[in-house]
Amino acid sequence: MAISLTDTAAERVQAFLANRGAGEGLRLGVRTTGCSGMAYVLEFADTVEPEDHVFESKGVRIIVDPKSMVYMDGTELDYGKEGLNEGFKFNNPNVKDTCGCGESFTV
Amino acid sequence: MALLQISEPGESSAPHEHRLAAGIDLGTTNSLVATVRSGVAETLPDQSGKFLLPSVVRFAAGDSTVVGSDAKAAAAEDPVNTVLSAKRLMGRGLEEVKARFPKLPYEFDNDCEVVPRIKTVAGPVSAIEVSAEILKSLRQRAEDTLGGELSGVVVTVPAYFDDAQRQATKDAAKIAGLKVLRLLNEPTAAAVAYGLDQRAEGTVAIFDLGGGTFDVSILHLKQGVFEVRSTAGDTSLGGDDFDQLVADWIVEQAGFDEDRSIRYHRQLMNIACSAKEALTETQQTEIDLQFDDGSRWQGHLGRDEFNRIVQPLVKKALLPCRRALRDAGLEANDIDEVVMVGGSTRVPLVRESVGEFFGREPLVHIDPDKVVAVGAALQADVLVGNKSSDEMLLLDVIPLSLGLETMGGLVEKIIPRNTTIPVARAQDFTTFKDGQTAMSLHVLQGERELVQDCRSLARFTLREIPPMVAGAARIRVTFQVDADGLLSVTAREETAGVESGIEVKPSYGLTDSEIEQMLLDSLSHVEDDVAARSLREEQVEAQRVIEALDAALAQDGNALLSAEERAAIDSASAVLHDAMTGSDHRAIKRAISALDKASSEFAARRMDSSIKRALAGHKVEDFS
Repeated sequence: MAISLTDTAAERVQAFLANRGAGEGLRLGVRTTGCSGMAYVLEFADTVEPEDHVFESKGVRIIVDPKSMVYMDGTELDYGKEGLNEGFKFNNPNVKDTCGCGESFTV
Repeated sequence: MALLQISEPGESSAPHEHRLAAGIDLGTTNSLVATVRSGVAETLPDQSGKFLLPSVVRFAAGDSTVVGSDAKAAAAEDPVNTVLSAKRLMGRGLEEVKARFPKLPYEFDNDCEVVPRIKTVAGPVSAIEVSAEILKSLRQRAEDTLGGELSGVVVTVPAYFDDAQRQATKDAAKIAGLKVLRLLNEPTAAAVAYGLDQRAEGTVAIFDLGGGTFDVSILHLKQGVFEVRSTAGDTSLGGDDFDQLVADWIVEQAGFDEDRSIRYHRQLMNIACSAKEALTETQQTEIDLQFDDGSRWQGHLGRDEFNRIVQPLVKKALLPCRRALRDAGLEANDIDEVVMVGGSTRVPLVRESVGEFFGREPLVHIDPDKVVAVGAALQADVLVGNKSSDEMLLLDVIPLSLGLETMGGLVEKIIPRNTTIPVARAQDFTTFKDGQTAMSLHVLQGERELVQDCRSLARFTLREIPPMVAGAARIRVTFQVDADGLLSVTAREETAGVESGIEVKPSYGLTDSEIEQMLLDSLSHVEDDVAARSLREEQVEAQRVIEALDAALAQDGNALLSAEERAAIDSASAVLHDAMTGSDHRAIKRAISALDKASSEFAARRMDSSIKRALAGHKVEDFS
């Protein structure tokens, strides 16, 4: 399995990275926090650790640490609009339940 | 599922702890809101995709207040309840508003002089409340777009805004339910938008030519600190003036009489504006005027001709540039970058002339209408804590010197103009008379030497000074200006520890043109001011000498002086009295030294007699 991006997400990430002018790629991950236990991490990556998993999807390097990989395998990152608001969405097949606001989840 | 944004490495926020921040450019004509998302600062559009929110509010009966384009559209049909350009009224008193804007269609409530209220069907509203409605609308837009509540905002203000106007802006944000992280000067925001703060060192000129006003600022960056070195401008120069000149040209070309040009003024201005905008892209534009009386005029305007028409305005804009450079103590070639702000900087001749003046190509790639909001958003992002590393610290300056009134109606400057803020400065003062137990402090703003030529900001009194001889009390007066440019003054008598203070609250604001005028006056009156200061200083000294002499004469005059000697002193004293009322400080000085000479024998005898008195009844041994 792997981690992938939708076309829109790939386009946006490339634009943001180009604007930032630096960075190895996009770091995805999870950490234990929030009301339902886990929350996503979505950051620019300036360094790649030796143990990191690195994927290439539609021209974007995706970097995931091994611990997060367990909870994220098969995830697709999407970019969408909800009214005026726009941003990234994780389509994660491992998720069993999310909290009301959807910012954290359990597996 | 919530929508997420990309964070900087290690800066991912915990769920429900996103710190959303926005930058707001609260403009006279239009306002904007911007934010940083996934590392990009961008202005936020409304539902219909428009970025600019016209700074217009229409009040209606009930709670239905309308802000923006719809309000602007209603301005003609409902002028009394539709408030435009409220920014110009911020922090100003009723009298000042009436004097400065005699043609306003509003009816003012006469109850409150300090904060004028416009009578509308929804009740009386102040400029602060009008601005608050605009800010509320932008807040709503930002929160809808970002999907959460704003933790804080940075609101931009003109560099020339005084204390009252800054405080009024803060109050408006408070009413709109916004937490103001910082008020930021507009030119500083523009420099931040271009990332000029990321450099090691440099000097930047910000050329801001808006719809009705022009400002130029010189910023200096050193060791990661941004500092505004000088500001200058012209409060009645902007895009509207360009339109007026083009409209005048059309009137002349078409041979319209005065009646017609007045009757169709609005239409002429609109078509002039369109022609100006067209000429930023093309070399020639067609003008087709059709009036409702059926007549029509057609013509064309080329860019060369347009340049010739607006040349005087461009030249006029370069004068403040020169002044700003001089105030900063710099030459044009010391400027590393020039940033263009305001829609009127799209005019090619403006860009060329500014480029020529500073000897370098100006930065124009960020939309000049949005650049200020973008810079404010970047600063808000740092202040709200989304970027921990290399915190960007911005420093601004105070536009006019702050000082205190001293004896003789003179102004002692405590914080000179162009000092970077935040700043605190203290100075020690003392009492003028024996047994003085109170001291009245008068806080002033301005560049001139005399109180009457500066603006009064506040007065307060320090009481319960322990009675001491003149000059023995030590009163430390501290002026403190916070990061938003708001002043507080405290006075403390050091020996007794009594203290008193004041915060400068919004009172009567000072108009931009008045600030400008005050700066100009200080330059053109340098010599007068020096003479006036010398005069007042000599007058104060003369007063002191006469008081001391009169006291001495009352005590010992009859005992120690012959009638002849007494007459000589009296006549010298009379000469000094006369000179004091005149305006020749040299004459006063001469009279003081003449009196000094005439009374020196008397002073010597007093000394002797007091020593004799002290020695009387003692033997020499007592003193050995």
